[in-house]
This record gives sequence, structure tokens and C-alpha cells, in this order.
Amino acid sequence: MALLDRFPALAGVDLDVAAGEIVGIAGPNGAGKTTLLRACAGLVPLRAERAEVLGFDLLADRRAVRRHVGLLGHRAPLYGDLRVCDQLRHCARLLDADASEVSSAAERFGLGGRLESVAIRRLSEGQQRRVALACLTIARPRLWLLDEPHAGLDSTSRAALDELLAGAAAAGATVMLATHETGRAAVATSRQVTLVGGRVAVVAGAHDETDSSDVA
Amino acid sequence: MWRDAWLIFRKDLMIERRARITLTQIVPTVLLILVVFAFAFDANASLLGAGAGGLYWVALLFGGVLGAKRSFDIEAEGGNLDALRMGGLEPAAVLCGKAAALAVQLAVIGTATVAGLLILYSVTVDDWLLLVVAAVTGTAAFAVCATLYGAMTVGLRSADTLLPLLLIPVAAPVLLAGTRAFDVALGNSADQGWSWTALLAVVLVTYIAVGWAAAGPLLEDA
Repeated sequence: MALLDRFPALAGVDLDVAAGEIVGIAGPNGAGKTTLLRACAGLVPLRAERAEVLGFDLLADRRAVRRHVGLLGHRAPLYGDLRVCDQLRHCARLLDADASEVSSAAERFGLGGRLESVAIRRLSEGQQRRVALACLTIARPRLWLLDEPHAGLDSTSRAALDELLAGAAAAGATVMLATHETGRAAVATSRQVTLVGGRVAVVAGAHDETDSSDVA
Repeated sequence: MWRDAWLIFRKDLMIERRARITLTQIVPTVLLILVVFAFAFDANASLLGAGAGGLYWVALLFGGVLGAKRSFDIEAEGGNLDALRMGGLEPAAVLCGKAAALAVQLAVIGTATVAGLLILYSVTVDDWLLLVVAAVTGTAAFAVCATLYGAMTVGLRSADTLLPLLLIPVAAPVLLAGTRAFDVALGNSADQGWSWTALLAVVLVTYIAVGWAAAGPLLEDA
């Protein structure tokens, strides 16, 4: 059970996710998709028998896992007054990443050239989303938690994102993405989990792997 | 810890450098307050000079409330506070970096205010050392206090009104001791200026201790 301001938001989710897997989380509004992602990121207090992500016990210390997780919520966590290059450099410093990661991440999401020196608040929503995704790329997380990651992206950026996620999964990272675009999610995901009322209602797709992430 | 604090300090000042809110909005507003006070007291030089010390700290308080509010507004928008949490930064380091950045901005406001007092109110300074030490210590204390309360009210719907309501009573010792020290430095009082400055230092240490202890719960629950 996850608690939001003392109110239960997840009413018991039993889910094992294997390393290298891409799992789509679907469900109606208010089903608990975002809360599930935030719980996996160690941002939400939990009451459960067992809640383990990447081997970290979330019940014992939910802060320890954060450094290994990349979370992109509905809104892009960016500073509107910074320029694109400032924001990317800040992300690199924050995550102790190599400076060379900045240019490759910017290039991957088409943020090089003129866009580099544009203030983030002047960018379109889709462009801001691309900056946030570039920041995640710099982080190279072991677990990617993405909430509607394709929203606002053009077809080129969507393809780049799919390629990025497939590459991350192939390298052994785990990806969980919440989406309403089930058609889009079916392309990228190996398994589709549907949440209803804070519980797992349907799990579609074959999965026989042992778990590396377990959120209960 | 210090690396994390430096990251936040640098980031906040970079945002301020790009946005220029302190220089283009807060400083002119504070100077406008000095002008309005001069009108309110009918440009009575002796009256304005006598109240200059208090006016400095009221102006700083006003600027500090605006600065602290903005310092956490930029974290609240877009979920940046979550990004900081995900970065695994020490909560105390985040508050330390933000307080240091706010102190730099308050120092700019304070310098402009002193210049305003010298030019508009024709005040004279008897003891520059006392003035500077009291200003630095009081500004640091107020920055720490404002940062704590900024963190406490971040994300609340009523943060705009709640922040000054909570902050001003707690910052009252800074206002009181700072005003007394300034009165001595400006030659308006024969009080023990350094004693009041020592009190400012005690208040600063107290705020830092409270901030250190409260940083974790404050940033986790914000």
C-alpha cells in the first residue's frame, strides 16, 4: 500500500519485473499508475509485506534506490530560466556523470546547435520533454520509470525514445512506462500491466523471468 | 555534503543570473520603499536618519521573503524537487546551498539599500566595520531562516501568504538585533553594537542547528 498524505493510493500491487524487461502500465485515470512509478522511485511512503527495487528494500530505506532510478513524470523537471546546455550540464553534475555524456545526449534528442543556447521556458512542450529525456540519458539509470513518455513528442523523437528504451533494456536496465497510448506501448513493451483502483487487474504478455524488482 | 551544497548554490545563482529577478525587480522595489518612506515622513532628514537602521532590516526582510519564495517556486514547478531527491542529495546540503545562494542575493539587496540610505536619506556611517559585520551576520541568519520556511511552505496553495506569516515572527530577533547594531554603527545610539552583533551570531548558529535537524523531514515531506 502506498500512502499519499495518509490516504492509500495503491491497494496492494503484486508485481515482479525482471531485469531488462520493458513493462507498460495502463489503466484509467486515478488507477495508481503514477503512484506506482513514484513508489518504485522511493518517493512515496509504503506499507507492505515486501517492497524491493533493484535489491533495495524500500521499507527499510526508500532513499537508497533513488540514485539508480530515472523518473520522468507528467511534467518535465526543468528550470525554465536555464538554457538547454546549462540544464544538461547541471544534470550531469548532479549525477556525477561524465561531461561527454552531455553532448551525446543533446545530439540524440536533437538539442544541439541553436537550441543549446535557448532558455527552456521558450521551448515547446515537446522540446522540453526531449530535454528531460536527455537528462535521463545522462543519468544512465538501472531502472527507467516513465510517465506518458511519448506525450508531446514528434514521430522522430518517439522513434528515438523507443530506440533508447530498447537499447537500455538490451543493456540490462529495466523500463516501466505508464501510458494511455496502449497501441504505442504495445510496440515498445514486452508486457502490459493494467491497474484498476490501485490493484493489478490484467497482466498481458509472456513473462517467465525471475524478478529483480518487486513492488508489493 | 559540501559538493552537493555547491551544486545547488551554483545552480540557483545561475538561474538568478539568467532571470535577473533580484536586480531588475526586487532591488528597485526595495529602493522604491525607501522613496515612499521619505515621502511618508515628509523628507524629515533627522527622522529618516533615526529610522534608517530599522528601515534597512525591514527592506531586507521584504526582499528575503520574495527571494525565498522564488527560490522554492523554481523547485516546485515541473517537479524539480523530485529531481533533487532522485539525485540522492543530502537534504541538509540542499538547504545549505539554497540558503547560501539566497544570502548572496540578499547581500546585493542590502548593498543597494545601504547605498539608497546614504544617498536618499543622507545618513552617515560612524563604524563601517560594525555595520558590515552586523549586515553579513544578520543577512546569513535571515537567509537560513527564510530558506527553512521556504522549504516548509513549498507546494502549498497558500504559500504566498503563509510564508511571510510564518517567517516574520521567527525572524524578529534578526530584525531587533540588526536594527540595534545598525543604530550604533550609524551613530544613532550609544548602545553596545558588538553585543547585538554577537546576538546575531547566536541566532545564526541556532537557525543553522534547527535547519540541519529539520532538513530531512522538510524536504522529504515537501
